[in-house]
Amino acid sequence: MNTQGNLLIVSSSPHLHSENCVATTMRDVVIALLPALFAAIYFFGMDAVTVVLTCVITAVLSEAIAQKIMHREVTISDGSAVVTGLLLAFCLPPTIPLWIAAIGAAVAIVIGKHFFGGLGCNIFNPALIGRAFLVASWPVAMTTWVAPLGLDGVSAATSVDSITTATPLAILKGGLAQGLPSYGQLFMGNIAGCLGETSALALLVGALYLLFRGHIDWRIPFSYLGTVFVFTWLIGADPVFHLLAGGLMLGAFFMATDWVTSPITKKGRIIFGIGCGLLTVIIRMWGGYPEGVCYSILLMNLATPLIDRYTRGRVFGGVKKHA
Amino acid sequence: MSLWKEFTKGVLRENPLFVLVLGMCPSLAITTSVANGIGMGVAFTGVLLASNIVISMLRKVIPNSIRIPSYIVIIATFVTMVEMLLHAYSPALFKSLGVFIPLIVVNCIILGRAEAFASKNGLTRSILDALGMGLGFTFALVTISTFREVLGAGTFLGMPVFGDSFQSALIMILPPGAFITLGCILAFINKMQSMKAAKRTMVGQQVAQQQLSSN
Repeated sequence: MNTQGNLLIVSSSPHLHSENCVATTMRDVVIALLPALFAAIYFFGMDAVTVVLTCVITAVLSEAIAQKIMHREVTISDGSAVVTGLLLAFCLPPTIPLWIAAIGAAVAIVIGKHFFGGLGCNIFNPALIGRAFLVASWPVAMTTWVAPLGLDGVSAATSVDSITTATPLAILKGGLAQGLPSYGQLFMGNIAGCLGETSALALLVGALYLLFRGHIDWRIPFSYLGTVFVFTWLIGADPVFHLLAGGLMLGAFFMATDWVTSPITKKGRIIFGIGCGLLTVIIRMWGGYPEGVCYSILLMNLATPLIDRYTRGRVFGGVKKHA
Repeated sequence: MSLWKEFTKGVLRENPLFVLVLGMCPSLAITTSVANGIGMGVAFTGVLLASNIVISMLRKVIPNSIRIPSYIVIIATFVTMVEMLLHAYSPALFKSLGVFIPLIVVNCIILGRAEAFASKNGLTRSILDALGMGLGFTFALVTISTFREVLGAGTFLGMPVFGDSFQSALIMILPPGAFITLGCILAFINKMQSMKAAKRTMVGQQVAQQQLSSN
């Protein structure tokens, strides 16, 4: 018998303890990202494997080096750098040169995270900072897309050259002659796009796992997706297409819900999601880029402290201040 | 303060850009190439030198209540002259610096030196102060623009530095690159200074302890 467990513990609050820590939550996020990873490997073959490995290894290494140089505790074993690396790889095109992917991962960790004080202090989602840096630096490499393997029966083993094509959103924006893919293709992920964003199905499976484990709050993704749906429907666009195309699923479930950079109040999370949704549709319909998920989440990250401030609950037992 | 120190303080110890963090607007905007950085630094130094000389000589004549408008008039005169000179003799530089030449008028370093230094000190010291601050500002601009041009365009003063396979990071010559570069440099300088300060206090403590033990 463990007598230690039977003793009463006298301590100050909080009294509820959970087994969750950074390492276990990050492990769950990685598990939730696995379906999308498998989908990426299925659709884009070895390119997906090398890009993901490059990003994850560089992210972990730069985290270790940055923490060593800054004389901070080296915390690569908590897996947060792995998650950042995975998420960054998921929003890169499959044919990205590996050195660009590596620079993106290093920028995400060093500038996006450690310059702001490390995990928990960053104001922007590090993976999106990495992506934004790469889009501004190497726009051509970041917008060269290939068709997924196996589209027309070409297997990974036989195809030597990948077929360059446009993403569904780029087809929509550019008014290209190429037809838009069907809902089925969009849902399964049989389309051109970033590694991890194409398969809505795989992302939803992972998101359900996170929701079920209680790691993410339903408010951000649902208000985000709902806003996009309603707004695109109101302006006469195709709402289902806009939900399934581009990085919306990935962004709504895995990036907008980042615990560090999203509001902590319930009302604030709904405002955050609505803001992300509005900005995404505005950029998609009227902006210069075909896709707006990355910038809309970054912009709303910036507003997070303000949102938190204005949606702060009243202290229990507190009295309304007289003006 | 010795005359030599009056000159060198602007270069390092009180560097207008890296230590006082003044004059951010032109420093962030025009440092896309080293040539721009040098051009801006020289134009700036010329204006600062001339305005410091005149303001220092007139410091007993200018009434206190209208000193700022008076400084602006003096500075604007010299800026106009520099602008016309650049337009006539270096049209390319004039074009690439654009609106930031007339904006030297409201550059807070120049107004700051006039208000904080030239209006209180004699001619020699004001000249040395202007030269030191001008040199410090130029040095800072060249430092920032070197990072940005080499990384963002792959060139230094227009000459390619890397091989043909080098793909430059465009972001460095875009506005975010200026903030990233300046932020990194400032962080590095602050780190150096805090390390130096820590060392000094440590040495000080050791000396104090030795004195205590010897007593």
